[in-house]
Amino acid sequence: MRNTIVSLISIILGLVAGGILMLFIGSNPIEGYSYLLQGALKNLERIGNTLATATPLIFTGLSVAFAFRTGLFNIGASGQMLVGGLAATAVALTFDLSRPILLLVMVLAGLVAGALWAFIPGLLKAKFNVHEVVSTIMMNWIAYWTIYYIVPGYFKGEFLETESKKLAESDTLRTPFLTEMFDGSYINLGLFLAVIAVIIIAFIIEKTTLGFELKAVGFNRFAAEYAGMKVNRNIILSMLISGALAGVGGVALYTGNASSIQIGILPAQGYDGIAVALLGANHPVGVFFAAVLFGILYSGTGFMNAMTEIPPELANTIIAIIIYFAATSVMIERLLNKFKAKKSNKEDKSGPVVEKGDS
Amino acid sequence: MSYVVEMLNIRKEFPGIVANDNITLTLKKGEIHALLGENGAGKSTLMGVLFGMYQPERGLIKVNGKEVKITNPNVANRLGIGMVHQHFKLVENFTVTENIILGSEPLKGMVLDIDKAAKRIEELSKHYGLNVDPHAKIEDISVGMQQRVEILKMLYREADVLILDEPTAVLTPVEIDELMKIMRNLINEGKSIIIITHKLKEIKAVADRCTVIRRGKGIGTVNVAESSEASLAEMMVGRHVSFKVDKKESTPGEVVLKIDSLSVKNNRKVMGLKDFSLEVRAGEIVGIAGVEGNGQTEIVEAITGLRKAESGTILISGEEITNLPIRQRNEKGISHIPEDRQKRGLVLDYSLVSNMVLQIYNKQPFSKRGLLNFPAMKAYAQNIIENFDVRSGEGASSIARTLSGGNQQKAIIGRELELDPKLLIAVQPTRGLDVGSIEYIHRRIIEHRDKGNAVLLISLELDEVLQLSDRIAIVNNGELVGEVIAAETNENEVGLMMAGVGKERSI
Repeated sequence: MRNTIVSLISIILGLVAGGILMLFIGSNPIEGYSYLLQGALKNLERIGNTLATATPLIFTGLSVAFAFRTGLFNIGASGQMLVGGLAATAVALTFDLSRPILLLVMVLAGLVAGALWAFIPGLLKAKFNVHEVVSTIMMNWIAYWTIYYIVPGYFKGEFLETESKKLAESDTLRTPFLTEMFDGSYINLGLFLAVIAVIIIAFIIEKTTLGFELKAVGFNRFAAEYAGMKVNRNIILSMLISGALAGVGGVALYTGNASSIQIGILPAQGYDGIAVALLGANHPVGVFFAAVLFGILYSGTGFMNAMTEIPPELANTIIAIIIYFAATSVMIERLLNKFKAKKSNKEDKSGPVVEKGDS
Repeated sequence: MSYVVEMLNIRKEFPGIVANDNITLTLKKGEIHALLGENGAGKSTLMGVLFGMYQPERGLIKVNGKEVKITNPNVANRLGIGMVHQHFKLVENFTVTENIILGSEPLKGMVLDIDKAAKRIEELSKHYGLNVDPHAKIEDISVGMQQRVEILKMLYREADVLILDEPTAVLTPVEIDELMKIMRNLINEGKSIIIITHKLKEIKAVADRCTVIRRGKGIGTVNVAESSEASLAEMMVGRHVSFKVDKKESTPGEVVLKIDSLSVKNNRKVMGLKDFSLEVRAGEIVGIAGVEGNGQTEIVEAITGLRKAESGTILISGEEITNLPIRQRNEKGISHIPEDRQKRGLVLDYSLVSNMVLQIYNKQPFSKRGLLNFPAMKAYAQNIIENFDVRSGEGASSIARTLSGGNQQKAIIGRELELDPKLLIAVQPTRGLDVGSIEYIHRRIIEHRDKGNAVLLISLELDEVLQLSDRIAIVNNGELVGEVIAAETNENEVGLMMAGVGKERSI
């Protein structure tokens, strides 16, 4: 509840700050925001595109949030997306299977590839205490150069050297009934996968012994070890799940939103996932809504730019400001506390104890 | 009569609990004033109010006769009030000087003037007999020395009123004596001290007056010279407390724990325990006495599986467990009250409910096919909380971090005893507890023994080892010096053996 309020306040403050920026460059913020919203939600097609934009972000946000809940920083969602996307693309271009089976195999391939990509940092952390921030970032670049080599070498596009061969429409996650429902949008089955992932992850974290264990390891690995939990196994498992989520995110991006995979690009969605997780307070449902918000800002910005003088970079600026407010949520909490303090004098939330460990 | 600090009729509430209810405490200039109370009685809250961490709902604070509003710790510092927290707030890889000047760094032009600060710290250290090297790194000095750095920090900031929060909880007996000397030095130089504690011995040794609080209420202030330990204890707990541990003669049964020529490496990768053998039988309490760091940690961690044994064997009821994973050892009936409750004992960000099932969350009825059963967990936790009088703001749903240290300890002990282990390994089980709780915990441990279980007790407090144990094994430098029967020995003999003076095995 409190987290939700903090996130909402961050968003409002970010939007207000964005409005002030618009004023500075001589535009009308109300007009700007109304075009931004229209661009994202004006008609069914735009709504569909907004949701499709949000889909990979839901996956990467979940990936980062899940790792974080278990005490790990997965900065490698970008690389995990890339290898996930590559695996799915490779499957689609190589095997001639009936559509349902092909899609299933593609998703599984992406899932496994992402998981494997995160397995290595997990293993390094468990065995040699290599910090996962360093190793996941390095894995990002290994993925980047792997794609750089494999795509032109084995899956070269017909016209462009820098991207893979286009997938046939029937080999992608796009599906006629969704495309028609949303008037030709590129919305695809990835969204359903994302919603399922949100539910599964929320369930694992809150209701299962696995979640209990993973969180305990995240909070205090020494106590977890004391209680007989296998700390190293849990670190690896947590990275596997986190990587699998990002891998499927890659499948949704490269074989759903797009039909090919480009070389020389680390998908920004991987890093945006960190922001999404932060704004969503590392809660699966929060991540979902944060990702949708990012989707609105990203997909509405083109329309805003077309209709006004406001540059498209403003959407990124607003997102950045929102993140700043979310990251400094301590300040917002203090503000809230002051507010409450005026009503009643109960601002000391920390409970009856000054210092842990004394009496 | 001039008071440096007067706290009059202080009331402080937290959601769901009145931490301080109409408490008055006055501090005379140049006295050592003890603040005595059970775990969770509200001592720390009261001092938090004085140090500006909390705002009282009602009441008045006067410093040097003038009414003041202490809105945050900086205000307290300016008024000459300094506090040494129980858990030190030092930067490990900074030097003593760097730590002390942190936040008020002296400048020479644009650059830091470390030398000047170091010189002043050296002078202060000499003046008060603290014996601190201003250039030593914090990570290289002992806990006692670190505490003196904290004291120096306050002196450097010219504090006249020093609040020491359970200063002796982390010290060895020798260090405690030194601290008391230092406190007397400080008084002679015109400082005034408030010492938060529940150790009656120390109050008798060093304090002039003592204010007692119980369950948030002020019970009264007495002159220490005119009161006995027993009367202080009674004021604190509200009933008569027996200091003697009553127990029947032990009736040792079969061997539960058998350690055979065990060698274990310590954190510095050298043998911290050498060729150690010990037996603990059902129905007896075996205490291990020794100065801190003489192999106790290694023994405990090797039995519980937290540390690898280099050689030797450990058997539980005849079954070898030397290389088993921790969970399997727990399932064989080993239970462990850990030395460091915050590092090992609890997941501080988990609720009490989750912490109470930390080892058994994956067993029926707390989970079924991987799904947690929250009502069952809660009922189980509630039972422990009631049995062991664990006091917290929001009952079982309280986050462990919000509990006072003593209550955290009671929760852990409750959890471990509830498992009804064949072998209970109790490391410093009453650390940080008040006399009332100590009495209760001791009784529960003896009850556990009388039910026919084995107990291995490791404590740095010789009194506790002597009173509770049936048999005492003494370690020095990682080796077994000897074993004695508790009823047939005394403090002197054990003390000598702790220092490494051997004795023919008497068993």
